Amino acid sequence: MLSFVLRRLLALPLILLAVTFLIVLVMQLIPVEQRAVAYTTDLAQLGRIPEIIKTNHLDAGVFEQYWRWLGLALGGNLGFSRTSGQLVLQTLQARFPATLELTLFTLLPLISLSVWLGSKAAVHRGQAVDAVIRVLAVISYSTPSFVLGVWLLVIFYGVLNLLPGTGNLSNDSAIYFLTGEIRRVTGLTTIDALLSGRLDVFWDALKHLIMPVFTLMVVGSAGLIKGTRTSMLEALNSDYIRTARAKGVTEGVIVRKHARRNAMLTVITLAGLSVSGLLQGAVIAETLFGYPGVGAWAAQAAALGDLPGVLGFALLAATVVVLINLAIDLAYTVIDPRVRYA
Amino acid sequence: MTVAERLKVRPVNVKARGSFWGRLFRHNRLARVGAVLVSLFILVALLAPVLAPPQGNCRRALGMTEMQTIPGPLAYLREVVATPDACLQMPRVGFAAQPNPPAADAPLGRVNGYDIRYGLVWGTRTAFFLGLTVLAITVTVGSLVGLAAGFLGGVTDNLLMRLTDVIFAFPALVLILVLVAALGPGLLNIIIALSLVSWAGLARVVRSEVLRLRELEFAAAAQSLGASRVRIALRHVLPNAIGPLLTIVVLEMGSLPIVAGSLSFLGLGTPLGYADWGQLIALAQKWIQGPPGQPFAYWYVTLFPGLCIFAYSLGWSLLGDSLAEALDPRNR
Repeated sequence: MLSFVLRRLLALPLILLAVTFLIVLVMQLIPVEQRAVAYTTDLAQLGRIPEIIKTNHLDAGVFEQYWRWLGLALGGNLGFSRTSGQLVLQTLQARFPATLELTLFTLLPLISLSVWLGSKAAVHRGQAVDAVIRVLAVISYSTPSFVLGVWLLVIFYGVLNLLPGTGNLSNDSAIYFLTGEIRRVTGLTTIDALLSGRLDVFWDALKHLIMPVFTLMVVGSAGLIKGTRTSMLEALNSDYIRTARAKGVTEGVIVRKHARRNAMLTVITLAGLSVSGLLQGAVIAETLFGYPGVGAWAAQAAALGDLPGVLGFALLAATVVVLINLAIDLAYTVIDPRVRYA
Repeated sequence: MTVAERLKVRPVNVKARGSFWGRLFRHNRLARVGAVLVSLFILVALLAPVLAPPQGNCRRALGMTEMQTIPGPLAYLREVVATPDACLQMPRVGFAAQPNPPAADAPLGRVNGYDIRYGLVWGTRTAFFLGLTVLAITVTVGSLVGLAAGFLGGVTDNLLMRLTDVIFAFPALVLILVLVAALGPGLLNIIIALSLVSWAGLARVVRSEVLRLRELEFAAAAQSLGASRVRIALRHVLPNAIGPLLTIVVLEMGSLPIVAGSLSFLGLGTPLGYADWGQLIALAQKWIQGPPGQPFAYWYVTLFPGLCIFAYSLGWSLLGDSLAEALDPRNR
């Protein structure tokens, strides 16, 4: 078990190497002058493009460029992101908590609601409930997040003016964080506000989360609902369920104790996948709702050809995906005692 | 005898083939709704020159006379099949950024001076073109890679599958973002980026099918008849292995325009003014709030393009979902 975890953790750097090399390789498609612009910090430097190319070795071979980037990265220097006007590492540190908060607030309701709907559909297979849930899943699958988000903004921000349209805090609340009246302990605005006992700020942060979270939930639930339904159906049709029925176990207990637990293996895999789905959903949702997370920054960096920024975000995204996959494999052993890793 | 044999065999065959699609649409209302939606969009794409008649440069590119509003038969065919670039540019009536409400000359309103109706009608063609091209590329590449990996095994398999691992280590949109950022915006580059990312999933599905199929009796039978490995792979295993792709392809038809639309939305999509649904949403984003006192004034700017993408995607998803249900042996 321990050696399995170690082996998987050792594979992580390998995957990250491959991933970052792939990006450096792809970025070679951008003309060298344009890539150099990403290294300028002010307009005056635009006149010194050839110099910048020289000092950053942008015209060197792809292997040499990658090697230089790697050397710096291992020393903790991921470069300067023109998009954020900060070092990449600083930007990641400053912006990741916001994305984490958004993801955490989405994940719990997303998974519990989808699993509930999915198993409900399986239990009532072929009935009206099943049909309704199926339609819901199809609608969620075919709703583009940017369309849903824009519509939500039009209604709840533009017309009703019930919810804030941009950012993760209103100006009044942000001041408390700037003056240090609310200490940044976890980096998550809602938790920090609660820790300082400021319920008004907590409520303000929560209001900013409602629309992005709802958007991410709607878009992310389709796969989870479908997957839960399929694996629940499989579980409900198996022999041990028939045995349980023959023993006289009530239907409710069969669903809750026997079927759902066995269906969880697939659900866990899908839930892990949905984290990676949320990460890409965050790119759009954060841009749309002006949320100060890593996703919005990455979208801007990509649009501006900010190579260090894009690489930094890709590193983060790939690390998260690999770690989540590891966590899923470990969760298998907890849920299903038959699964053992040597 | 042979006549009787034919009589016996043929009807059974026809019935067996017809019954799957027949059953699918007869018993499944959602499948019918999906088919109707998709057919409507196909109709819109075919009738585009009538629904959104050519303007400006497009008229010149098609060689239309002053009197014509709709191109003649040959020009019509040309506009639908090999659309000149000028016709995919939304005509610009005025340069005021302010949206204009639906009027006689622009029945769905205007945004940034662009006729929304024109963008939606010709955007349908863009959506079909994008989906069909990307799928033609990814299905070809995906099945060949999956076939090679599953059939050859060993080092080839290992290398190809590690390559898919690297692709899967990213959230897909992130990788597409990186690719489009590098290639530059434009429909062709979006198609390339989408293809480079989405062949991997198809390859994995085909590979697992190939691994199963090559152990079956019919492969051994072909081998014992003296068929070469290439022949077995291409003629016997491959046709059976791409069956499971059908559902994925139908679902992808609906979701590819969403991904492309997200790119346009993030400012990495088609060039400004290109007839593309995502672009219209990106333009609409600035008009979420109406002028003071009339919060709902610009409703048409967000409603029509949004509904259009949603309905297109919904049609394909309903079809794909029903197909998946019908093909699933557990539902028999």
